[in-house]
Amino acid sequence: MEFESVIGLEVHAQLKTRSKIFCSCSTSFGQEPNKNTCPVCTGMPGVLPVLNKKVVEYAVKMGLAVNCKINKYSIFARKNYFYPDLPKGYQISQYELPIAEKGYLVIQTQKGEKKIGITRIHMEEDAGKSIHGSGDGLSFVDLNRTGVPLLEIVSEPDLRSPEEAVAYLKALRSILLYLEICDGNMEEGSFRCDANISIRPRGESRFGTRTEIKNMNSFRHVQKALEYEIERQIDLVLDGKEVVQETRLYDPQKNITKSMRSKEEAHDYRYFPDPDLVPLDLEDSWIEEIRASLPELPHVRYKRFLAEYGLSEDEALTLTSEKELADFFEQSIALGVEPKKACNWILSEVLRLLNEKKIGLSQSRFTPELFFKLLGLIEKGVISGKIAKNIFEPVFMEGLDPEKYVKEKGLIQISNTGELEGIVEAILAKFPQEVERFQQGEKKLLGFFVGQVMRATQGKANPQLVNSLLLKKMG
Amino acid sequence: MKITKEEVKQIATLARLKLPEEKVEIYQKQFSAILDYMEKLKEIDTKEVNPLYSPAELKNVFREDEVKKDLDREEILKNAPKTDGEFFIVPKII
Amino acid sequence: MEILNKTLTEIRESLQKKEIGVEELIKTCLQHIANTEPKINAFITLREEEELLEEARQLDRQGPDPNQPLWGIPLGIKDVLTTKNLRTTCGSKILENFVPVYDAFVVEKLKAAGAIILGKQNMDEFAMGSSTENSAFGPTKNPWDLSRVPGGSSGGSAASVAARQCFGAIGTDTGGSIRQPASFCGLVGLKPTYGRVSRYGLIAYGSSFDQAGPLTRSVQDAALLLEVIAGHDPKDSTSLNAPVPKYSQSITSLSATKFTFGLPKEYLGEGLDPEVEKVFQSTIKLIENLGGEIKEISLPHTQYAIATYYILVMAEASSNLARFDGVRYGVRNAEAKTLKELYELSRSQGFGDEVQRRIMLGTYVLSAGYYDAYYKKAAQVRRLLSEDFVQAWKECDFILAPVSPTPAFKLGSTINDPLKMYLMDIYTTSLNLAGLPGLSLPIGLSSDNLPIGAQIIGPKLSEEKLLALASKLEEALPKLPLPPLS
Repeated sequence: MEFESVIGLEVHAQLKTRSKIFCSCSTSFGQEPNKNTCPVCTGMPGVLPVLNKKVVEYAVKMGLAVNCKINKYSIFARKNYFYPDLPKGYQISQYELPIAEKGYLVIQTQKGEKKIGITRIHMEEDAGKSIHGSGDGLSFVDLNRTGVPLLEIVSEPDLRSPEEAVAYLKALRSILLYLEICDGNMEEGSFRCDANISIRPRGESRFGTRTEIKNMNSFRHVQKALEYEIERQIDLVLDGKEVVQETRLYDPQKNITKSMRSKEEAHDYRYFPDPDLVPLDLEDSWIEEIRASLPELPHVRYKRFLAEYGLSEDEALTLTSEKELADFFEQSIALGVEPKKACNWILSEVLRLLNEKKIGLSQSRFTPELFFKLLGLIEKGVISGKIAKNIFEPVFMEGLDPEKYVKEKGLIQISNTGELEGIVEAILAKFPQEVERFQQGEKKLLGFFVGQVMRATQGKANPQLVNSLLLKKMG
Repeated sequence: MKITKEEVKQIATLARLKLPEEKVEIYQKQFSAILDYMEKLKEIDTKEVNPLYSPAELKNVFREDEVKKDLDREEILKNAPKTDGEFFIVPKII
Repeated sequence: MEILNKTLTEIRESLQKKEIGVEELIKTCLQHIANTEPKINAFITLREEEELLEEARQLDRQGPDPNQPLWGIPLGIKDVLTTKNLRTTCGSKILENFVPVYDAFVVEKLKAAGAIILGKQNMDEFAMGSSTENSAFGPTKNPWDLSRVPGGSSGGSAASVAARQCFGAIGTDTGGSIRQPASFCGLVGLKPTYGRVSRYGLIAYGSSFDQAGPLTRSVQDAALLLEVIAGHDPKDSTSLNAPVPKYSQSITSLSATKFTFGLPKEYLGEGLDPEVEKVFQSTIKLIENLGGEIKEISLPHTQYAIATYYILVMAEASSNLARFDGVRYGVRNAEAKTLKELYELSRSQGFGDEVQRRIMLGTYVLSAGYYDAYYKKAAQVRRLLSEDFVQAWKECDFILAPVSPTPAFKLGSTINDPLKMYLMDIYTTSLNLAGLPGLSLPIGLSSDNLPIGAQIIGPKLSEEKLLALASKLEEALPKLPLPPLS
């Protein structure tokens, strides 16, 4: 019997506003415990929430970007439960009448494009954090994060595989970054994901029992957790057992999902409209203003890159996944860099350094101008491609002028035939046996000779010239 | 009785209250009487009526996205029953 | 002691003219408080004598400031409003050690106006009650008869003003908690339009009902206090952005009483104590003599007001009081070893019975399966009750009503029957449901020498006219004698 998986994803995205959603505390990350707090976000007696306008703007922006219907009239509701990191004993969220509903985004799958429905988007406040002490039976509560604005984005259960789930998350994250409303950092918690997953026999239209999977902190975790869970559910069903509706945590060490053994009382959140806040009734003009401010979205840009620059699907997808990267690419082309070259360099050297240094492009000192200069040096034969790769890091990290740097470090390519000829002849004289062997047919020894010349010239010899000189001299 | 003893205990748990056994029956009687009284509302036809949750006839009340700091951490922690000067401390959350 | 009998307006003039110094006045107040407190228990926290006198001396040194309308005037504040560095308990054990680090908006305004805050006054715990018997700090007694309640939940404030301990107080009204104690203690009590006064720092009981307002010995006094505390507050999203009229001036400049007064037929009938009815009827005559027109109107959904009110207010309260969990402030049970115990023990021991009752009922009406039948239904009836008033304003300018079915009742007489207590709110809760302003003023005494009050209800934001009209009425009404204890 063949099974298919049915997956829906719930994403919580922290919004990059300066202040919290209902008070004027800073949202800055990494502050000392309880320093970004005030009576309002710590739920002191008598305090009241006041809505941050930017949060609404960002919520509408996201709703429009994923083709949602924006509910002009929307209200906030209290979600009531007790937990130490929830100071008021309720979270201000949206229940009936969320700000946006019924949208979709497009992902690329092996079978082509697929539309994934978005059920709803709503605004809510984040909770604090607790750190559990070791052995002393205590927990430590830090309320800095309480009140940081979140968008909860709920997808329809349209996803059919872990791959699709990851593609959806990447696409969603990409949009959030393009809109510049979220950092999209899964490890730091500004982009969180929970999954609802069930299986059913292929062809069956009814849904199977679903489980909720939490604690996935990277795309890789999502992939692995869902793969495991699908297998687990299939095994159960094939064994004649039933899938229990429950919440399970992903354990990255063991690569399994575990049932949350702690006694989970059925949560009755007793939602009701928050009487301390008044309804939103948005003007069409404001919504249109926000719509007009939308940048070219990732999927559209992807298609345009395919058409305009003749890139492969993978290349176009990677380049457009981050707005910064795509902007950099296009700015470089505007200066004169050849698209294919720009693409290759960005996808290899630039991404490598970004990953290694764990930074974003804007945190480097690399600019399209420097890029253009660097590639220009290769084109003019001032340096070889290899040297260019060697000097890339300092140029990238410190914004050094490549031309000056090359001169300072004496890295200018040796393209003087006469000079090179001398060196080549010296090498050939040094290795007569190898010359003999080359002439006898071991053509791959060419590489050895090139290597030797490079060694002798600290890598500065013009490789094409070296190649042709060697061939000329050895026959 | 409008409400059972079991329900009274369940509600108490939801509200994080611990009721001594003697009180449960008293509350049960009182709640039942009160809820009975509230049944009155069933007499009214409210089919097309739009609920009124607050008499405030306001909409779109916002503040600008600006950071303001009034109080420092010491004052926020001032009333904490248990603190180390940085965190609020509670028994371990399992 | 004669000086303590002045109204707030009169003492203000005396202070401004330097007929008396602030220090002397405070000393006199404190002396009187020391004499009367053992009998009435109006205060939960009285500020330190030395601190008060030093504050008074400071003011005397600076001299009277005509730009500070409450310069040097000693006032009291119901202990439900936060006061910076001054303990605020809400009449509850769970906050018996809570010292706020911020002032309520109302308190800020009073301080800026130069008032001297004597201390925090007794109340039913978390404003839940109509007699101030639900306080963890003991009941307050009515200065008119120490065996009776002063009303609630602003009973401490009412008793204090009536006993001449202070010249005015700020209470709060969620279902009648300013107006009913005002009527039981022979005072003027004003519940403003919902949103007229900021709720920032007003420890929430029913968020869509609560309003702070003055308890005073004259209408002019109430006008002055309202003028100081009213106004938009950017920290309160439900605060109205309407300009604040100079109530204390328009009270004399507006011509009043030539209005049509509606008498809801549902309010007059059985259930009203015959003595209250008698005094009420004579007040109606008085109004007619002053040129007012009396008209019978109908508020057809009146009989549903109490059920509607209690469902909604208890639901909101159950959520508002969830923050009292022993984690960040307030009393934490010392024996609690687990988180569950921390919550359950701190809350069960910290909250009194009435509070626990309302939290549980509120939780119930919001819970899955009951939300539509209770909470949503009540909200729909709230709409109908509000509509009743909208229709009424087509027939009349103001509505005249009793405040309480009876005068002040004996201590202990309703404490074991919560429903009986709730049913006494029949004349007051409708206003809170509709968000309308209501002013209660003394209209006479019962044969037991207990004050009886009547309320004037107006459309939203009609306080200016309401006060002017009440003032005219006050002039014409017989003045109450001093309460026996004063």
